[in-house]
Amino acid sequence: MSEHIEKKSVYFSIFLALMVGTAVTVYVAFQDLGILNNLVMLGIAVTKATLVVMFFMHARHSSQLTKLTILASVVWLLILFTFILQDYLTRGMLPYPGK
Amino acid sequence: MSADTVGAVTHAGHGGPVGTDPDGHHDNPHLAHHFDSEEQQTEATQLGMWVFLATEIMFFGGVLTAYMIYRMKAPVPFAAASHHLDLTLGGLNTILLIVSSLTMAFAVRQAALKDRRGYLLNLIMTMILGTGFLVVKYFEYSEKFTHHLVPGPKFQWANLGQAHGAEQFFSLYFMMTGLHAIHMVIGLGLLTVILIQGRRTTFPARFKGRVETMGLYWHFVDIVWIFLFPLLYLIGRHYHGG
Amino acid sequence: MSYHAVPAPGQKNYLNNGYGLMSWLLTKDHKRIALLYLLSITFFFILGGIMAILIRYELLTPAGDLLQSETYNKVFTMHGILMVFFFLIPSIPAVLGNFLIPIMVGAKDLAFPRINLLSWYIYVVGGGFTLWAIVTGGVDTGWTFYTPYSTVYSNTKVMAAALGIFISGFSSILTGLNFIVTIHRMRAPGLTWSRLPLFVWAHYATSLIMILGTPVIAITILLVGAERAFGLGIFDPKLGGDPVLFQHLFWFYSHPAVYIMILPGMGVISEIIACFSRKNIFGYNFVAASSIAIAVLGFLVWGHHMFTTSQSVYAGMAFSIITFLVGIPSAIKTFNWASTMYKGSVSFETPMLYALGFLGLFTIGGLTGLFLATLGFDIHVHDTYFIVAHFHYIMVGGAMMSYLGGLHFWWPKISGKMYPEAWARMSAILVFAGFNLTFFPQFILGYLGMPRRYHAYPPEFQVLNVLSTAGASILALGYLLPGFYLLWSLKYGPDAPKNPFGARGLEWQIDSPPITENFTVTPVVDDDTFDYSLPEKEVAVVR
Repeated sequence: MSEHIEKKSVYFSIFLALMVGTAVTVYVAFQDLGILNNLVMLGIAVTKATLVVMFFMHARHSSQLTKLTILASVVWLLILFTFILQDYLTRGMLPYPGK
Repeated sequence: MSADTVGAVTHAGHGGPVGTDPDGHHDNPHLAHHFDSEEQQTEATQLGMWVFLATEIMFFGGVLTAYMIYRMKAPVPFAAASHHLDLTLGGLNTILLIVSSLTMAFAVRQAALKDRRGYLLNLIMTMILGTGFLVVKYFEYSEKFTHHLVPGPKFQWANLGQAHGAEQFFSLYFMMTGLHAIHMVIGLGLLTVILIQGRRTTFPARFKGRVETMGLYWHFVDIVWIFLFPLLYLIGRHYHGG
Repeated sequence: MSYHAVPAPGQKNYLNNGYGLMSWLLTKDHKRIALLYLLSITFFFILGGIMAILIRYELLTPAGDLLQSETYNKVFTMHGILMVFFFLIPSIPAVLGNFLIPIMVGAKDLAFPRINLLSWYIYVVGGGFTLWAIVTGGVDTGWTFYTPYSTVYSNTKVMAAALGIFISGFSSILTGLNFIVTIHRMRAPGLTWSRLPLFVWAHYATSLIMILGTPVIAITILLVGAERAFGLGIFDPKLGGDPVLFQHLFWFYSHPAVYIMILPGMGVISEIIACFSRKNIFGYNFVAASSIAIAVLGFLVWGHHMFTTSQSVYAGMAFSIITFLVGIPSAIKTFNWASTMYKGSVSFETPMLYALGFLGLFTIGGLTGLFLATLGFDIHVHDTYFIVAHFHYIMVGGAMMSYLGGLHFWWPKISGKMYPEAWARMSAILVFAGFNLTFFPQFILGYLGMPRRYHAYPPEFQVLNVLSTAGASILALGYLLPGFYLLWSLKYGPDAPKNPFGARGLEWQIDSPPITENFTVTPVVDDDTFDYSLPEKEVAVVR
């Protein structure tokens, strides 16, 4: 991995984006958007995390292998969530107790 | 060299006779003997940290799963319990960590530029901000104790129908923020190490790699909090306006 | 040929490079760390084996007369914990993997030698806590720790055992991390992925599982400990918790964990069968890809342990279908191993005997896994001896046989000595015979309805149980013998040449035992280096 010195202004821009994102998240929390509340807040959190990974953690300039490692972790986390959720969301399908 | 080994020999000196120093390691104190080059050493260290972070993602993922399931099952008690968290302190902690990520990024940057002063200043700022986070956390936790919101035999919740859900919320709150705080403490310890080492270093590649690795760890701990903050502090705030 | 070259007496190698306890306890040499692991896992294997002996002797008679039921619960719990976490999961990776992977990729050591040593110390500390749990009263929850029994009602040393397992999990994680970075970043020139030994591919896939799965059981154990310590309601239904959530989190790791236990063994088998058929593995690409496929698919099937719980029927169906799919890559490997032997020049040295045993027993274990993937059938045999037989066929008939086979195959390289072939073949046969006598009757017992984890049973099951215990006695003998003759060979065995079996691989081109740095020159590999149809091509030697 060759050394790549990021410009200071880039770091400041990302920092600003993170602060704005935090403010928007808190603002949205107090609005009633129904189902969108959670989606927007999570979406902002995911965006913030992506910015930190890409810029602060230099993933943008890292090897393919590093990017693959990051992707794999996220995919596995989603496997954990979705495969457990799919049990809880489909309970009570049959008219038998406990199923 | 035997004719059989015609092939991709890219490093000078490979295939030399026994007893010589074909890879020239003996003169470089910053290159571990089992690596061929400083580049390989740095790449290996970075990959090692990313793989370790993958384990951390799955680690927090487990408790996040429990959180997700129980919030789905008891959304109202979770929201009610969440309102007992101090949004100002939580918001302050979020800001502290985001700023600390900025200063950490700068510390790494200055180390890469061999700027000792910039490195040390930014590193110290990062550590101060991280310590500040833990101090705020301490106040938040003591307040929970005072209000009987710590799960266990002393837990009290007025609305009995919500009591189980509220206690589950606080169990998960303490687990998640507690584990996060432990990671912060470990992070501060490791930062102390590279702070001390940074006072005398000439910033060889090995040290710069170490700093970058610590940066990765620190940013990861920040990312965890980026998720914890809305998940714990901002549930159903629009119901009662906080 | 240099096959037969034996090192000069007194020549420096990794075993005599530094004497004294500290040179071993503070070593960074992956080969010495492998031996440290060998000693410790053998210790835990013996302990777990003693538990097995107690189980089988209790089950000689229908009445619960040897042990009280509470004691019996502790015995089978400790048997499971010790065998799974402290023997099988580390076994091949920590001993053979640690020893061979740097050599097989042409490196001087793993990427992080000190982390390698740390992983051993972590393992020992974890083992220490678990031992402490045993001697201060034991645990009776079953190795599966199901809640709320483990978090609320059990009065045994759950916390200590859980702590021991939690700590040892980090040993696994660090080993996997080391392997992944080494395999990616430290391969010799010319050693592309498509030339990697299948042993290395298998360990790469195993390491993926260690990295992605182990942290989940770590957090699960923490949650169990927190619930037990503070009376939380995470898994306790009285407080609104869901015990099935514990099972989800537990099996998310523990199912892939069984692939941690078998994949390295499959890597060993690939190497052994190729060597003793004098033929390259048939379908190398498929065998390599199937290792990765098993690692990935293995994460998607854990709900097949929960068919009888309140897991939804839809989820059960999804897990069932994917479980059928995960059998396919294993079947592909089995066909490829068999095809390797076809028209090969097959000989029956001890490692090959173990490999052949593996083929048959793993096939039976795997096929019965398909029975269990079938929802209706599993409802009938869940928690019976059918399950016990199924997993022992894979764990013992598969993983254990491949461990022993690998230990014998690479023993000359590791120790520099040849073991006595006659004794070794006899032990292999004893193990095979004893194993089948122990566990085949258990399929029948389970199908007839004998539940697992019971210390007493109806009298009509006694004959089969007696057969099983008789088999266990033979099996125990088969395990004891290698302990004796392998140790004997260290002092009295003939010196081993570099390549006693005429195998292909970088490890067979260096001295037996190797020097500390493994190589004197960096090997440069090409297509011919590992080809059984060509004469051995030396790339790791100075000429």
